[in-house]
Amino acid sequence: MPLTLTQRCCHLLAPLIPFTVVFIHLSDDDGVRQVFEEMRGLYDQNVAAANDSTADPDGTAISSIAIRHAALERNKRCLMAYVFNRSKKLRNMRWQFGSILPPEIKANLCEPEIQWFNSYSKCLARYMKSIGGQGLNLAQDVKPPKSLYVEVRSLIDYGKFELDNGEVVLLKKHSTHLMSRAQCEPLIIQGVLEQINH
Amino acid sequence: MEDTFGEDDYFGEDEHIPAHEVLQTLEDAWLNEKFCPDLLPSQDSYVEAMMEQIQQMEDNLTKLKKTDFRVEVHHMELARIRYIITSYLRTRIEKIEQNTAFILEQETTRSPENPHLSEGELNYAREFLALQENHQKQLVLKHVPPPFQDFMSTQQSLVPNLRSHIFLRAKKDVNGVVIEGDRDTRDEEVDLEENSQHIMQYKPIANLIHDGSVQLI
Repeated sequence: MPLTLTQRCCHLLAPLIPFTVVFIHLSDDDGVRQVFEEMRGLYDQNVAAANDSTADPDGTAISSIAIRHAALERNKRCLMAYVFNRSKKLRNMRWQFGSILPPEIKANLCEPEIQWFNSYSKCLARYMKSIGGQGLNLAQDVKPPKSLYVEVRSLIDYGKFELDNGEVVLLKKHSTHLMSRAQCEPLIIQGVLEQINH
Repeated sequence: MEDTFGEDDYFGEDEHIPAHEVLQTLEDAWLNEKFCPDLLPSQDSYVEAMMEQIQQMEDNLTKLKKTDFRVEVHHMELARIRYIITSYLRTRIEKIEQNTAFILEQETTRSPENPHLSEGELNYAREFLALQENHQKQLVLKHVPPPFQDFMSTQQSLVPNLRSHIFLRAKKDVNGVVIEGDRDTRDEEVDLEENSQHIMQYKPIANLIHDGSVQLI
């Protein structure tokens, strides 16, 4: 069924609404392009109607122009919302994975989005460096601490991991460790370790 | 808490505020920020003071023997304080990113002595807005018909819902809080008793958060 006026852009936005779903095959280029085309078509019709001032005895042309104009505004707004919400997902990735994107996510991004991610990353790093004169990493300490040590299980063969006090632990798949929360938190967020709850 | 910071822990040379009071202020600010729809004035001087304090305590801890059981307790305490600080600043950054243009515009209407953003946050907000504008231009605005190409940051920006409801506790007696009525009801005045708790819209009590008469919970 062909999509009617401005419906195409709603189809772009729909998958972004459930925020828990990490839907990042984002470059639905075809959909975006069709919205652009629709907008160009509407605009051309409006220009033509505005120039043809002779043929409007009963004022219908004016109302058509107004409707087309509203549709154009709406499409623009939807496109911007689409881009904004995608950037918001990318932002969350920055907080989760740090400044380097996992390749499987990168594959679903377009060039300007990768640039946006890098600039955002820099911008955030600059701010974190400026906090309190000495800098503070806000991506750490994301959960209220309940105890200093947590029991964790390694989900992958990570290899050697050096602790703050110089000791080295070997993180093998399925091995369990009792580690200080501060040290293993980044690894938990990255999905290397899993916290074991009793 | 008092045990962690001895009574003789003071901040700076001229400002004699005990460390636990600074922490209390930060905790209040953190909760307020967390539950408030709008961005509240930054407490960056307290954040800075607390961070210096943490640094100092960490240094002191390395001097203690590892087997000393107090080390663990103090590490835990430090981890809690760090969580409060990072969570507080994270909440603020989230609000800034969500309502960038609105917050920047509000900031220009305030006097320079009474800013809501710290210097770092202000720079961040400006950079973030520029980043978003450039991004939208690249991906959307460049490709739409000419009359629709401007960014109009304030129009596109999201605005916090100042009418959303919040839970609060009055720290002291406040008389005559005016609650605006809508079409069907008239304006109403309520008195908040000390230590009483209420659910109400954010807007009428916004000023009371600023002067510390109420605490959001």
